Amino acid sequence: MNRRHVLSIVSTLALALVYGCGKETPPAPKAEAPKPPEVMTVKIGSASPLTGPQAHIGIDIRNGVQLAIEDLNTAGVEIGGKKVKFELVAEDDEANPTKATTVAQKLVDAKVAGVVGHFNSGASIPASKVYADGGVPQISPSSTNPDYTLKGFKTTFRVVAHDGQQGPTLGRFAVEKLKAKNIAIIDDSTAYGQGLADNFEATVKSLGAKVIAREHTTDKDTDFKAILTKIKGRKPDLVMFGGIDPQAGPMVRQLSELGIQARFIGGDGMQTPNFIKLAGDAAEGVMASIPGLPKDQMPGGKAFLEKYKAKYNAEVELFAPMGYDAVFVFVEAMKRAGSSDPAKFLPEIGKTDYKGVIGPIAFDEKGDLKNGPITIYVVKGGKWEPLETVAPGAAAVAKAADAAKDGGAKK
Amino acid sequence: MDIFIQQLINGLVLGSIYALVALGYTMVYGILGLINFAHGDIVMVGALVALAVAQALAASLLPVPLVLLFATLAALLVCVALGVTIERVAYRPLRRAPRLAPLITAIGISILLQYSAALIWGKQYISTPDLIKPEAFTFGGAQFTDLQAFIFLLACTLMAGLLWFIKASRIGRAMRATEQNAEVAGLMGVDTNRIISFTFFLGSAIGAIAGVMVVLYYGLGHYFMGFMLGLKAFTAAVLGGIGNVAGAMLGGLLLGVIESLAAGYIGDLTGGVLGSNYRDIFAFLVLILVLVLRPSGIMGQHTSERA
Repeated sequence: MNRRHVLSIVSTLALALVYGCGKETPPAPKAEAPKPPEVMTVKIGSASPLTGPQAHIGIDIRNGVQLAIEDLNTAGVEIGGKKVKFELVAEDDEANPTKATTVAQKLVDAKVAGVVGHFNSGASIPASKVYADGGVPQISPSSTNPDYTLKGFKTTFRVVAHDGQQGPTLGRFAVEKLKAKNIAIIDDSTAYGQGLADNFEATVKSLGAKVIAREHTTDKDTDFKAILTKIKGRKPDLVMFGGIDPQAGPMVRQLSELGIQARFIGGDGMQTPNFIKLAGDAAEGVMASIPGLPKDQMPGGKAFLEKYKAKYNAEVELFAPMGYDAVFVFVEAMKRAGSSDPAKFLPEIGKTDYKGVIGPIAFDEKGDLKNGPITIYVVKGGKWEPLETVAPGAAAVAKAADAAKDGGAKK
Repeated sequence: MDIFIQQLINGLVLGSIYALVALGYTMVYGILGLINFAHGDIVMVGALVALAVAQALAASLLPVPLVLLFATLAALLVCVALGVTIERVAYRPLRRAPRLAPLITAIGISILLQYSAALIWGKQYISTPDLIKPEAFTFGGAQFTDLQAFIFLLACTLMAGLLWFIKASRIGRAMRATEQNAEVAGLMGVDTNRIISFTFFLGSAIGAIAGVMVVLYYGLGHYFMGFMLGLKAFTAAVLGGIGNVAGAMLGGLLLGVIESLAAGYIGDLTGGVLGSNYRDIFAFLVLILVLVLRPSGIMGQHTSERA
């Protein structure tokens, strides 16, 4: 008992000491030194899981950021007439929401000019408050949860399409490309599935297609025969499912067993290898969407992939191009504002109009990527193959096409 | 009309699986007065064992019927061993205890089985290897597969066999005697412990076959799949009159058909207010009605003992 007491006191003291020390050492405030040195150093933060099961994706993002910083330093950048050297501060959030806020505070204290991160929506969302309080702009390369940009923070941006943009895109694809007229819609009654299906329904209705059945199941059911039979009676030419693979797999199987000759389409929740396993042969020809372009089809994709491979001797996993572009979005905004002070260049980020590796980047008033591309995949020979890329929003498409043309002409 | 027939076929196939599982509940209840809540999970174990064996053998060059046979045999073996062991270890020591004790034990065993399965097979959905390709037939505008027909016919054969067995065989007579009065049956020379063991043996074996059917029919398995299946089958047993073997069969088929029709027509009936995800309302509504109007279930006998 006594010994335990002593131990706890000692450990508390030790903790207090460590904590106190941490507080006393001042974070080097060199970045904001008011008098202009020969070369000004600007820190860019990168936050993603660098350890644990998602480490490969997190390291991929960090590498993308690092590559951008090296490219910028090699090329030499001047901001407000001063030469600037960029420096990477990479932090590991372990894909853990709690750790993410700690890391975010660390980056704010280190006085980074901007943060590229985090990878997981679950990490990006809590961290976004820390960055907002610290006045540090944040660009997530990968978080797709719509809530991320709905907190009302001016510092929050992302360079990937969010889940709420998938439904309308799928809807437009179904009506305009697949020429679907009689559409049956099923969802799994979850926030993700029903949201996706609702967005899809509104879009196809506005485009003049008929929704002949709107059915709900749950995210635990595996018997859809009754629902599908009802749908069969209405003779759909397309069935859309808002949900994830454990339901989508058996659903597609039962669809073919009932002899329903309709196409099947869904969101990123079912674009998994597991779906193909669960659906078996019936998976063939099923379509699903995922935010972002296939990496080898990005405008700057090929050159980027080669550069990345030469530097890291590894293939790009997923989000390195987004991380790379995010750094350039920061730097372009700094150049326009003539300052690397977040308070000064933050308003400029919202006005971004940049042609990056992943394509044209511009933000809407919430900080979401405008015209974020979404790729439709199709199962071919037992594998998901990219079929077509669409930008969300009916009106936005024409604009995107124009923008692409302009961009091409200027080049 | 063809859609109606289609829903009926769907319902009958689903119902025949419910009926097979319901038999396990009703036989044990009839003899012990115990609701064996672990039964649904025994079916789950059977399903997952069959799945694992099928996966292991799918790569080999064995012909498909042989693979299915081995998978079914493995499921039968494991389930029967499990069922008999559970009775011996968990229920027999509590036979003279107040009724609540074995009931809670049953729930405990159910959880134990679920999480053991989660440890062995993980919490992911596991897919069945593509062993059989169901061939579709058209009948009066409705479409059904040979697999559906096979499941339905096998279930009916099993049920008919069971009815005959209980009615005509020596052990069947002993089962009925034990059901009526275990003590008197014991005085007449029936080894009631053996009969109770045998009841679990029989129920688990039929459950194993139901598990294999589920795996074949839906093409996937999951450590939690026994829960809802068990609940529905239990409902079917109560619907038909718990303790009554023929009643469980009727209740199962009826429940399957009600569910299927409800899912198909509930949206239209309620003008789109209730979707097909509310189909269970109908199933349980019918259950409540039956219990109010005929508390012993459709085919249950009026017993002198009132619960």
